[in-house]
Amino acid sequence: MNLLPWTIYVSFAGSFLALVAGARSAAAARWTALATAVAATTLTFLAARDFVPGSSLQTLVNVPWIAGLGVNYHLAVDGISLTLLVLTGLAATAGILFSWNIEERPGEFFALFLALIGGVYGVFLSADVFVLFVFYEIAIVPKYFLIAIWGSTNREYGAMKLVLYSFAGSSLVLAGMIWAYAAGGATGFGLAQLAEAAVHLPFPEQVAVFALLFTGFATLAGMFPLHTWAPTGHVAAPTAASMLLAGVVMKLGAYGCLRVAMPLFPDAFLYCQPVIAWLAVVGIVYAGCIALVQEDFKFVIGYSSVSHMGFVLLGLAAATPLALAGAVLQMFSHGVIAGLLFAVVGRMVYERTHTRRLADLKAMPLHRLLPFAAVIFVVAGLASLGLPGFSGFPAELSILIGTWQENPLWAVVAALGIIVAGAFTLRVIQVSFFGTTNLAAIAAAGNHPLPPITRAEKAGALLLIAATLYVGLKPDVLLDWIVPALQSPVFQAVMKGGNP
Amino acid sequence: MNSLPLLSLIVFAPWAGAVVLAFVGRHVGANANRTITLVSSLSTLVLAGVALASFDPSAIGYQFTERHAWINTLNVNYHLGLDGLSLLLVLLTGIISPLCLLASWRVGRCPRAFGMLFLLLQGAALGVFLALDFFHWFVFWELSLVPAFFLIKIWGGPGASRAAYQFVIYTLAGGACMLLGFAALYVATGTLNFTELAQMAAAGELAPKLATLGTFWPQVVFVGVLLGLAVKVPLFPFHTWLPPAYAEAPTGVSMFLTGVMSKMGVYGFLRILWPLFPEPLHAAAPCLLWLALGGVVLGAFAAMKQTDLKRMVAYSSINHLSYCLLALFAVAGASKPDAAAAALSGTLLQMFNHGLSAAALFACVGIIEARSGGPRGLNDFGGLRTVTPLFAGFCGIAMFSSLGLPGLNGFVGEFLIFRGVFGLAPWAAGVACLGLLATALFLLTFWQRVFHGPVAAGVAAFRDLDRVEFLTLLPLVILMFLLGVLPQIVIALFNPLVTAWAANLP
Repeated sequence: MNLLPWTIYVSFAGSFLALVAGARSAAAARWTALATAVAATTLTFLAARDFVPGSSLQTLVNVPWIAGLGVNYHLAVDGISLTLLVLTGLAATAGILFSWNIEERPGEFFALFLALIGGVYGVFLSADVFVLFVFYEIAIVPKYFLIAIWGSTNREYGAMKLVLYSFAGSSLVLAGMIWAYAAGGATGFGLAQLAEAAVHLPFPEQVAVFALLFTGFATLAGMFPLHTWAPTGHVAAPTAASMLLAGVVMKLGAYGCLRVAMPLFPDAFLYCQPVIAWLAVVGIVYAGCIALVQEDFKFVIGYSSVSHMGFVLLGLAAATPLALAGAVLQMFSHGVIAGLLFAVVGRMVYERTHTRRLADLKAMPLHRLLPFAAVIFVVAGLASLGLPGFSGFPAELSILIGTWQENPLWAVVAALGIIVAGAFTLRVIQVSFFGTTNLAAIAAAGNHPLPPITRAEKAGALLLIAATLYVGLKPDVLLDWIVPALQSPVFQAVMKGGNP
Repeated sequence: MNSLPLLSLIVFAPWAGAVVLAFVGRHVGANANRTITLVSSLSTLVLAGVALASFDPSAIGYQFTERHAWINTLNVNYHLGLDGLSLLLVLLTGIISPLCLLASWRVGRCPRAFGMLFLLLQGAALGVFLALDFFHWFVFWELSLVPAFFLIKIWGGPGASRAAYQFVIYTLAGGACMLLGFAALYVATGTLNFTELAQMAAAGELAPKLATLGTFWPQVVFVGVLLGLAVKVPLFPFHTWLPPAYAEAPTGVSMFLTGVMSKMGVYGFLRILWPLFPEPLHAAAPCLLWLALGGVVLGAFAAMKQTDLKRMVAYSSINHLSYCLLALFAVAGASKPDAAAAALSGTLLQMFNHGLSAAALFACVGIIEARSGGPRGLNDFGGLRTVTPLFAGFCGIAMFSSLGLPGLNGFVGEFLIFRGVFGLAPWAAGVACLGLLATALFLLTFWQRVFHGPVAAGVAAFRDLDRVEFLTLLPLVILMFLLGVLPQIVIALFNPLVTAWAANLP
């Protein structure tokens, strides 16, 4: 178990090494980065093998850090964080494979990429809110540079918007954190200590602090109507960064809601529950409808991410055992699938055709020019629209069932979102890869072949597809970790009200 | 418990063929690809034969069951089982699928991809007929859309993209409604297993459990599941996706869509909706009966107005499938075991017969289309009887089977349905006769315009059936005669089952 903290250290060390190696050659930087990501993933898997699912956070490290504030460097893991650690490892490895062709300042690129990953690992492992916040900020900063330097369309605007939203969100979190600490007279920033202090706040104040924390985290999760940074950010970002952004960084927000905001203020959460749930279902349908009319390939995927994150937020809001389990499963599932979709759009298609306009792509028989990309995109698209057999289906089914237990109306509107997701996914599959199926156009296009899909891209795509299929057919591998973790008193309080 | 997982083999054998094609197909020629596809497809018929040999028709429960825990958190099992109804449809799939492939033998475009998608579709359809747990069943139900979408879109006619999109969106929307319904059922009962839910419903426990959901939510659940199935069959007025999809799909795929996939919906009505919601169905039956009548009558009249032969056959499918639903709704609406047994036997037989005759008709239209190089209008041909006598003979038999001539298979099923419905809802049987009349009219118009009259320009050079086409139609024609004379060989498979259903009517 004590292997897990090393995921953080390995990633930061790899970041430094990649910077050094990048000065030598691009290949050295790439291989260093890949070795780092694989090493961290392996550590996670090794730890997962010995993991005993239980209802409490299992402490890995706990040493005093800032004695005056009662801050401890406290890392711990439970089934929920372990699920997300596995996701991070997969997304990072695939992201590096899809960045294999970065030639512009590769050292810096991979260094920033790995620093981001290190921060993400840190967030998922933190059991001290202060430590969590530090890692959270570490993850945000590299995003700006990744987009502003290596991005494409409108990158300064996208990067700036994304970072402003992120910092606005984290300042809300910071304010909420300090308020709870100071007003409640907490002895430290540990989750348990803050929860103890939170009880002493008067109820209106609890609601206010909860609103700060939840809004702050949910901004990063892409909650409607604070989601607008996500599509522009995704579009502007280079492929690997959009993969991480949609795949992992948005999960940081949802994770923060689940780990920090909700357990600290269970009563305030239940008070705000209807508002959160309605925002979530409106977001699911609204973002889906927007995705339906986008003309830019990447914007479709960007909005689809917001729609799918709506399911995560709905699961959190419904707060029944199945809904929460579904929400965590959906975090994993969406992380894998969104990564895959962005990889196809950004790396496989855009870097070869140099266009993302659906109208232009429609004229190209892409399914013949890039058959591998077509197959991958179809599979990823089907996984994304919640086809049974892929990880999205058990997740959405659990969320629907769990939500129905809380309020059937939310489930009905969310099911509407599933239909919209089907419509926009099929539309984009149809227009992008199968826009032209007549033989003459295919023959004409055969004269201008596109560069073939590289081995690195194939490896990355197959890795992610294997993950979504495996979890789709055997969701118990993750649910057996997640469900016991939800038995812990803090989550029971979230579900039933009252204090742990 | 059988030691050999026969049902799993039935489901996965076509998929195994698809995997073989994926790895081997690239290195061998087009004909080898087609042969691998055909052989894998035939596995269903062979394995269904094995099942038939040890099948006990007098037993009412499921046989050859396989049950393993799958997802503990959701109480989901891997659960397959076979009864007379499933066996009937597995046999139908086994007969129709290889013939669809023969009808598509000359598809020049990417035979490997075609074969893979077709086998995927076949396996998914078989899974639908055999799975007994909603989760397990829904995997196959939704999965079947994917290969169907691509088969229509890539190998279909000029309007195929739109037709395929419409088809999939309609069915996905229906699927989402059904998913919601089952989410609610899980909330109320804690299980997704069809047999367990049906037992609860039979014991009268399901309705009170659903009533705990709230005042009007039980009705929402019923309507959700109903919508999902109604789109698939399709029940009027949810049928609008069907004519373009069937008309734009390539011949072999149209045959499969009408022969097998449309049965998935009727099967769902019999396996899920009726056993789980007997009371809501009873309450809704008068209204649904009108919808089924709408399909019977308007489907036939719409077919009469078509000038495209393929669309005509497509509309006739709506008409024929609506008979199945008509009988089921009549049974659910009235409690008369005697007439109900006839009506239900008619429904099951009609499913099988329609599979044969509609597939044969689509094959015939495909053959005409292949000769003419595209046009397939009602008025584009004439005098084919003298030019291609053998083809005219086969096509005529298929038509007469479809319009229910005594001595051919179609008659027995329709007779039983009318016999049953007459006893249950006489006025509905009277209205449905209009549909029979219109069916006779449009099929005879088809026959006259295409096969009789002076030989039209360009038709004189048409070849008669070649060997592949002959092999496609021959088994269907033989079965039409055989089942027309000896319907009991099929009826015996499901008779005890149907008798038990009728006897247990509330």
